[in-house]
Amino acid sequence: MIRTAAFAGVLVLWGLVAYGNRALALMNPVLLPTPGEVVAVAAPQIRDGSLARHLAVSSLRIVEGFGLAAAAALGLGLLVAVWVPARLALEPMIEFVRPIPPLAFLPMFLVWFGLGETSKVAFIAYTTFFPMFVGISASLSRVDVMLLRAAASLGASRRELLGRVVLPAALPSIVLALRLGFGLAIFVIVGAEFMGADAGLGNLIMEGRVFFNPAQIVMGALLLGVLGSLANGLLLAAERRALKWRALP
Amino acid sequence: MSPASLVGTGGARVQIEGVHKEFPVDGRSTPALVGVSLEVSAGELLCLLGPSGCGKSTLLNIVAGFLPPTGGRVLVDGTPVTGPGPERGVVFQEYVLFPWLTVAQNVEFGPRLTGMEAARCREIVARYLDMVGLREHATKFPVQLSGGMKQRVAIARALANNPSIVLMDEPFGALDAQTREVMQEELSRIQRLEHKTIVFVTHSIREAVYLADRVVVMTRSPGRIKEVFTIKLPEVRDRFAPEFTRYEAAITRLVKEEVAMVRE
Ligand SMILES: Nc1ncnc2c1ncn2[C@@H]1O[C@H](COP(=O)(O)OP(=O)(O)OP(=O)(O)O)[C@@H](O)[C@H]1O
Ligand SMILES: [Mg+2]
Repeated sequence: MIRTAAFAGVLVLWGLVAYGNRALALMNPVLLPTPGEVVAVAAPQIRDGSLARHLAVSSLRIVEGFGLAAAAALGLGLLVAVWVPARLALEPMIEFVRPIPPLAFLPMFLVWFGLGETSKVAFIAYTTFFPMFVGISASLSRVDVMLLRAAASLGASRRELLGRVVLPAALPSIVLALRLGFGLAIFVIVGAEFMGADAGLGNLIMEGRVFFNPAQIVMGALLLGVLGSLANGLLLAAERRALKWRALP
Repeated sequence: MSPASLVGTGGARVQIEGVHKEFPVDGRSTPALVGVSLEVSAGELLCLLGPSGCGKSTLLNIVAGFLPPTGGRVLVDGTPVTGPGPERGVVFQEYVLFPWLTVAQNVEFGPRLTGMEAARCREIVARYLDMVGLREHATKFPVQLSGGMKQRVAIARALANNPSIVLMDEPFGALDAQTREVMQEELSRIQRLEHKTIVFVTHSIREAVYLADRVVVMTRSPGRIKEVFTIKLPEVRDRFAPEFTRYEAAITRLVKEEVAMVRE
């Protein structure tokens, strides 16, 4: 209820500002597209299916890049949590590379992986890996020692401790890390598609810039917002199902 | 299903030999236990009493295999303890239930690890949940339970795994007086049936005299053994018998001495 109202409020505000600007001629009206103009730009692209294609292309890249990174973060996070030599070897390297803004490497990804899909997927995977790895490995190695003691005194082996205590205990933080990673994937897809992409929402926005079409830029941004909140809603629902033991009425 | 088919295998002998424990505090190692030697015979229920902070939980942790002693050793049926194991069940002072498992799944945790078939697991869960009066709460999660209920799940979980030794750290501390007496009677009944070896930490002298074959009184920190009382009372005890009260009075005097010295 409140959410719908808030959304409606923002739409109304946007309309007021944009149409008001038009009426009062405060700023070049081209620079502040109205909701009507955005719909007018979107309509033909919806009809000929090109908007759906852009959405699909971006979504696939996000899912692939995020999926790769999530698998790697889970695998390496587990390795680091159970095997001290791996932690000693991996953590300093990861901590060194992690703070470098991924955008600095974007050109290198194009050089290494070409202009095709691989470079975009690899860039998203690279960017989202670090925060997910840090979150997952920390939550796996910070499981309450009392829980481990309780399980060990009930006869759990090392392997059983991992499967029956460490993973379920860390699950809430793992899910949180995945949600943050997914949000970041949507964040960086635009950057990846700015360079040498022929489709995708980032490409749409880039086109809007090149052909000076602010309404198209706004449309692309709005679609990214929709994509992000849909995905977040899905992940939240999955989280609530998996973690129903945490907050019960 | 006859109760005998679920009866445990009896207790094991625990030998605590010259155990020292030091903890680093502000970079200096500080003694928590000094030369504790104690033998708990198979099937004996031994109560540990002593002022707060005297090292009761620490001693239990060492016997459980969670902490290595700084000096000395612990033997179970002649074998040195090197880590935790299912023959030594633990009821923690802070319950430590698995929050992502239901009450029944918590109790089932140990039996399931042994590869026991599901039907038999259910039998065991039902028996121990009945024992602690939580049958109708089987499908609840720990967050939905009161402190006393959690404590009873922790007791059921430890006993359902059929350990020969049970280490209980103030297991009835969160219970109301009535439930506490019922649980004491239940534990003493189980003990007459199954003859486990039990080390039971408590602050209640009445509880110790009601349950124990022997009561060990520890000194204030760093903990040593101050005195050992052998309780020569019948198996089924009357809390109002004059001999019961005499033990209570004698032990109270000793514990008060130590607590008073902590305050000085
Ligand atoms: N991990 C630790 N690090 C440092 N000191 C510790 C640690 N664990 C216990 N101690 C110290 O050892 C002493 C004994 O603690 P312990 O928990 O065994 O007491 P206790 O007899 O169980 O007390 P209570 O009756 O309050 O539960 C205390 O002085 C405590 O501060
Ligand atoms: Mg304690």
